[in-house]
Amino acid sequence: MKLILFIWRQQGADDPGKLVRYDTSEISAEMSFLEMLDVVNEGLVKDGKEPIAFDHDCREGICGTCSQVINGVPHGPQERTTVCQLHMRQFKDGDKIYIEPWRARAFPIVKDLIVDRSSLERVMQAGGYISVHTGCAPDANSILIRREDAETAMDAAECIGCGACVAACPNGSAMLFTAAKVTQFASLPQGQTEAKHRVCMMTEVMKHEGFGSCTNHYECQAVCPKGLKTSFIARLNREFLKALDSPEMPESFSGGFLNRGNPSR
Amino acid sequence: MILDGRAPIGPIETQWERHCRDLKLINPANRRKYKIIVVGTGLAGASAAATLGELGYNVETFCYQDSPRRAHSVAAQGGINAAKNYTGDGDSVYRLFHDTVKGGDFRSREANVYRLAALSNNIIDQCVAQGVPFARDYAGYLENRSFGGAQVSRTFFAKGQTGQQLLLGAYSAMLRQIRAGNVRHHSRAEMLDIVLLEGEAKGIITRDMVTGEIRTHAADAVCLCTGGYANVYYLSTNAMGCNVTAAYRAYKKGAYFANPCYTQIHPTCIPVSGDYQSKLTLMSESLRNDGRVWVPIKKGDNRPAGEIPVVERDYYLERKYPAFGNLAPRDISSRSAKEVCDEGRGVGPGGRGVYLDFADSVRRLGENSVRQKYGNLFEMYERITGENAYAQPMRIYPAPHYTMGGLWVDYNLQSNIPGLFVLGEANFSDHGANRLGASALMQGLADGYFIIPHTIANYLAVSGPGKADLDNPEFAKAREDVNTFIAKILAIQGRRTANDFHAALGKIMWEHVGMSRSEKSLKTALRLIPELREQFWEDLKVPGGNADLNQELEKAGRVADFLDFAELMTRDALSRDESCGGHFREEHQTVEGEAVRDDETSSHVSAWEFRGGHEIPEMHKEPLVFENIKPAVRSYK
Ligand SMILES: Cc1cc2nc3c(=O)[nH]c(=O)nc-3n(C[C@H](O)[C@H](O)[C@H](O)COP(=O)(O)OP(=O)(O)OC[C@H]3O[C@@H](n4cnc5c(N)ncnc54)[C@H](O)[C@@H]3O)c2cc1C
Ligand code: FES
Repeated sequence: MKLILFIWRQQGADDPGKLVRYDTSEISAEMSFLEMLDVVNEGLVKDGKEPIAFDHDCREGICGTCSQVINGVPHGPQERTTVCQLHMRQFKDGDKIYIEPWRARAFPIVKDLIVDRSSLERVMQAGGYISVHTGCAPDANSILIRREDAETAMDAAECIGCGACVAACPNGSAMLFTAAKVTQFASLPQGQTEAKHRVCMMTEVMKHEGFGSCTNHYECQAVCPKGLKTSFIARLNREFLKALDSPEMPESFSGGFLNRGNPSR
Repeated sequence: MILDGRAPIGPIETQWERHCRDLKLINPANRRKYKIIVVGTGLAGASAAATLGELGYNVETFCYQDSPRRAHSVAAQGGINAAKNYTGDGDSVYRLFHDTVKGGDFRSREANVYRLAALSNNIIDQCVAQGVPFARDYAGYLENRSFGGAQVSRTFFAKGQTGQQLLLGAYSAMLRQIRAGNVRHHSRAEMLDIVLLEGEAKGIITRDMVTGEIRTHAADAVCLCTGGYANVYYLSTNAMGCNVTAAYRAYKKGAYFANPCYTQIHPTCIPVSGDYQSKLTLMSESLRNDGRVWVPIKKGDNRPAGEIPVVERDYYLERKYPAFGNLAPRDISSRSAKEVCDEGRGVGPGGRGVYLDFADSVRRLGENSVRQKYGNLFEMYERITGENAYAQPMRIYPAPHYTMGGLWVDYNLQSNIPGLFVLGEANFSDHGANRLGASALMQGLADGYFIIPHTIANYLAVSGPGKADLDNPEFAKAREDVNTFIAKILAIQGRRTANDFHAALGKIMWEHVGMSRSEKSLKTALRLIPELREQFWEDLKVPGGNADLNQELEKAGRVADFLDFAELMTRDALSRDESCGGHFREEHQTVEGEAVRDDETSSHVSAWEFRGGHEIPEMHKEPLVFENIKPAVRSYK
């Protein structure tokens, strides 16, 4: 099939960037979306032009590296599917496709379709772990976990950290991302000891990194390639309320992040 | 030279414990004076960094992705082995040890494998404590499944995302140390060389993949945890960025490369669909628990699967290996698939595929049960192929997947270069000539959490802290060499892309150094690879420069190393004049087509030493001695 692509090109963080048109032919329906871009890039390189920079690695929908907004939707038209798993049979001959990077205040653009997601790393560093020293763990079956709890933890833990939720949210919020980690650990007995500290620290850093907060648009749930649910955000809010008056609340905590919406508005 | 793996002597059951007792320690207050570089933050690197940081060392980590959470360990689906015997089906450390040595076709170091089996239980404990959500039964206990090459259920799993969950566990443990200030991490940083001072590894050179800056880093020891090299085949189940660069450049600095020809071709992957194909996708081996593998008995039978009556189907694994059936080990299953396709009985486009059929399981267990177990895999299959595997069988074909070869290490995981340690898939030691399913995750975490923290102290205590100084001219020289290499690549300005060359190399390797090899095919490869390499250095095209993010430049550097490495791999395959595990030499097989080992002449590790330029490398042998499990013909019948 033939396609008309409009792709965001931006040399670096300080460049204003623009959409550039590319006409392609000989795209097969069996190709993945990224293989289609590979074909475009091979052509550009052979013409001595710089190829379109985009992030990708596993191409199996699990590493969370790929990150493109396709026709206005993070990861494109197919439900529960990352860009790398999207196949061209979802498109038809003559389609116009707009391809842009994640856009969010907390994700500065590095080049073309590549953004800097290190803000998510810092949210995780703030408390996305259970503090256990290597080698001092008890026998695995000495901690019994109800199957339902284990399953909730697993559902939340499926997050691949791609950031589509942030890109889809009008507030640029990372609540679904943060909530997933908080829910995973809050569902497990191992995660209880640090639960209050964790939710305080993670939400605090989230705010400092320039992410907004949730005002119930549900866009994150609609685009999440792993099907994470906004009910995790409700869980985050509950965990947060439980922690509010606890001594674990960090001193620097400025409070009131709930329903604050878009920080730039 | 005869190499010594320095495994402790005495009864195998107590070797590691006794060895730990003899290793030197470093006092907690002194540890922060030692800096350790960890390159690669997959399972092996992240678990090592977390533990070393926790112990108080000053750790610096590097990975090429934008986050450690994206290392390719994340893609492991099936599970991780441990000898817990929670299912009471007779498992034990000894049995896991036995299965792994046998699975590796008696080409691994016994002492290492025993230690791995013994540590396996600690790994599960550690991961559960970290909050890894392994599957549980209704009473809240951990669940197990069975995997290829074993007759017990010893595989722990987290849905179809075990690797992801284990990696996130190790990653979070590492983040905790970043937060504590013990680990400093660099993402989008590619290691391009190691630096030796007086013959010991004391630093690395990296390229900042965003700014292009070439940086020098000094340390007291270096751990390489940079994964496997299956991408030498171009198409593999590895991530696009997986490379041999870090290992190969260490090899060029004198580290021995062991058994590079041992590569694992995984039997259950989605077949190639066209020339544009950029990677292959694995369908977890766990599917073989409930799926039956078959092809039509008749050649060229292209009726739809459902219209081929059972009597006209050949369930060839069940027929040939009744004891293990569809759970025969990977090398055997892959070769059998190739065989039936070579006979013209393959299915799907191009005849390069076999069926993996769930119809019987759906009938027996109901579609819902099958969905519960494998739902996400079936979805993935449908996304890629557009076919519904509940209604028609999956089509699968073998694909390069894992590499048992790697940098040579001794029992302490130290390479022949003092101060250079190698962990995870990047080393060679535990899987012999074939790896069993669910044992790579186990090895990566055993190396990182439980082995390196002990063994590295022994080296550091002797070498002392702070010997490496960035002002040492060796650093400037190594940086200059890297700059020269990059400038050389950018200067070619030919016509063909790095990808083009990579694909061409992959074709050579798959055809001539793939699932089966012969003297003739290997010699052909040894002629074709240097020709291709020559074209690469004359006709490569890399646009842009070095001063910013340049993905073509990254690719070109990796392909350049693959082109060199491919030759080493082929040479190793040629010199190993026997069939063993994943290395199948057509000259050495039984009339039924089973691999024939030659324990008289080939019971050794081949460790190759770089001799400069394209000189033929020198082979060193580490003899393999089996004191506990007597080498026998590996039978799965
Ligand atoms: C699809 C798939 C499924 C699998 N399923 C299973 C399974 O079910 N069970 C099992 O036991 N095993 C499985 N395996 C094997 C197992 O996942 C791997 O062997 C293991 O995870 C490797 O871990 P690692 O830490 O050694 O390397 P990796 O996880 O590959 O990490 C390599 C690290 O090195 C970094 N790196 C590489 N090169 C450089 C460089 N030049 N400079 C800087 N950094 C660099 C990368 O950024 C990354 O951080 C599977 C493998 C694949 C591909
Ligand atoms: S490239 Fe890994 S999820 Fe898309």
